[in-house]
Amino acid sequence: MTDTARKIVAPFVFIIGILALWEWAVWYNDLPDFRMASPTDLIPRYIRFWDLFLEKSWETLWRTVVGLGLAVIVGTLIGMIMGFSRFAREGLYPILVGFNAIPKATVVPIVALMFVGQHDFNTILIAYMISFFPIAVSVSIGLSTLEPEYRDILRSLGASNFTIFWKIALPKTLPEFFGALKVAVTLAFIGTNLMEIVSPHGRGLGDLFDSGRISGDYPLMFAVLFAMAALGILLFYFVVALERIFAGWAERSPT
Amino acid sequence: MTAPSTMIELKSVSHAYDTKAGPLPVLDALDMQVPENSFCAVVGPSGCGKSTLTRLVSGLMKPNEGEVWLHDQLVKSPRPTVGMAFQNPVLLEWRTIMDNILLPLEIVKHSLTKAEARDRALHLLELVGLQGFENKRPSELSGGMRQRASLCRSIIHKPDVLILDEPFGALDAFTREDLWCTMHDLRAEEPFTGLLITHDLRESVFLADQVIVMSGRPAHAQYVLDVDLQGKRTLDDLYTPKAAEMLATLREQIQIAQGRTAPAEAAE
Repeated sequence: MTDTARKIVAPFVFIIGILALWEWAVWYNDLPDFRMASPTDLIPRYIRFWDLFLEKSWETLWRTVVGLGLAVIVGTLIGMIMGFSRFAREGLYPILVGFNAIPKATVVPIVALMFVGQHDFNTILIAYMISFFPIAVSVSIGLSTLEPEYRDILRSLGASNFTIFWKIALPKTLPEFFGALKVAVTLAFIGTNLMEIVSPHGRGLGDLFDSGRISGDYPLMFAVLFAMAALGILLFYFVVALERIFAGWAERSPT
Repeated sequence: MTAPSTMIELKSVSHAYDTKAGPLPVLDALDMQVPENSFCAVVGPSGCGKSTLTRLVSGLMKPNEGEVWLHDQLVKSPRPTVGMAFQNPVLLEWRTIMDNILLPLEIVKHSLTKAEARDRALHLLELVGLQGFENKRPSELSGGMRQRASLCRSIIHKPDVLILDEPFGALDAFTREDLWCTMHDLRAEEPFTGLLITHDLRESVFLADQVIVMSGRPAHAQYVLDVDLQGKRTLDDLYTPKAAEMLATLREQIQIAQGRTAPAEAAE
């Protein structure tokens, strides 16, 4: 089997295997729907609510992406400040850690009160708050561990600090940045759904999940979980594709 | 023929670093002169301020006292007429070898067109024996090859002064000797003034026109050896009685610098 064929076939083999095992376990133990829905129960839900799934997935997706984009911009800026200034790094670090330690589920009601009715903005805010931390930390570490020789080869030619950042520090930090972005992308997704479920406002996959809960439609709840997983995978591999393009040089060919 | 002018001149340069335990003086009234287009090697005990010297000459640092002159100009800041290569080749992993070598031309003002710059880079690659590697990534090259590429980068912008801070230190003996010969080829091709920091006495004698032995910290120029080898040098020159004598002298001076043997005059 070629490498590409294996990369495409392998996940499907495992997905089908796990679904089959699940189906069998539910059937064998004779579990009712409210204990555990089986994969075949989900298909009618997808068919029946297909339009809703598309609409709600899109709402969840775009708000996650905007929140993540905000996290990339602010996280990179904070990372740059901390990477270049030791004073800022030592001063900001405990604050960042403390902020990151606050469970975001507790922030949701506060944000919902602060910006009452601005649901999209609130959701983006939570997605951003939960995901900027790894980006800020990795960028600051990438920049602060830049070997002095790298700086010196350009500085000895009279290059400005901006040139050194643009030509050396920034590209050299890209692998760390993408490593953090892979973590942040799933975090942002959690943030979006947190807002949608903890502070229901009729939007996103979280809303669909909530209506399944209220109407006792347990297979629908499971169907939403799968849709969320699919979106998460989609976003993650989008980041992987970006990484290939911008930091593909850091990938060593297996020899 | 008129006497060559002085390219690098240090006038009574002293420098100290601030440490927790107070100032740590590394250079003490160091004087040296390197004539234009000649090659000067600096040897000395570990920690005697050799790397500090390269940072002062390149303008990356200013001395506490004294003056550094390059070609009759006082050095106050880095200048584009200087090329540098370090023990770590510091190639940028995300660039091809070609783009690594062209890096200085992105910083320094020059009159080369893109095609001319590429041709020059290809020519230098051929000189150091790396023809055909221009589109490879640094990770695909061995240590010696990376150092060769780093040398090309350090002279792509035709610097007047090339500063080499132990560039061959991390290489195996055969690769090192190979690169010594490459250095001579490069110098024959385009003249520059060289300042080489090294721990290898054979390297200093083979490459340099004068070898300066630094004393222990805080360092001054303890001894200057004029390397008197005529014509094109080959590695065989290192196995002549003349070379053996020079090496013995340098060894003796290093021991004095390390404080192991008292100088003969002092013993009397």
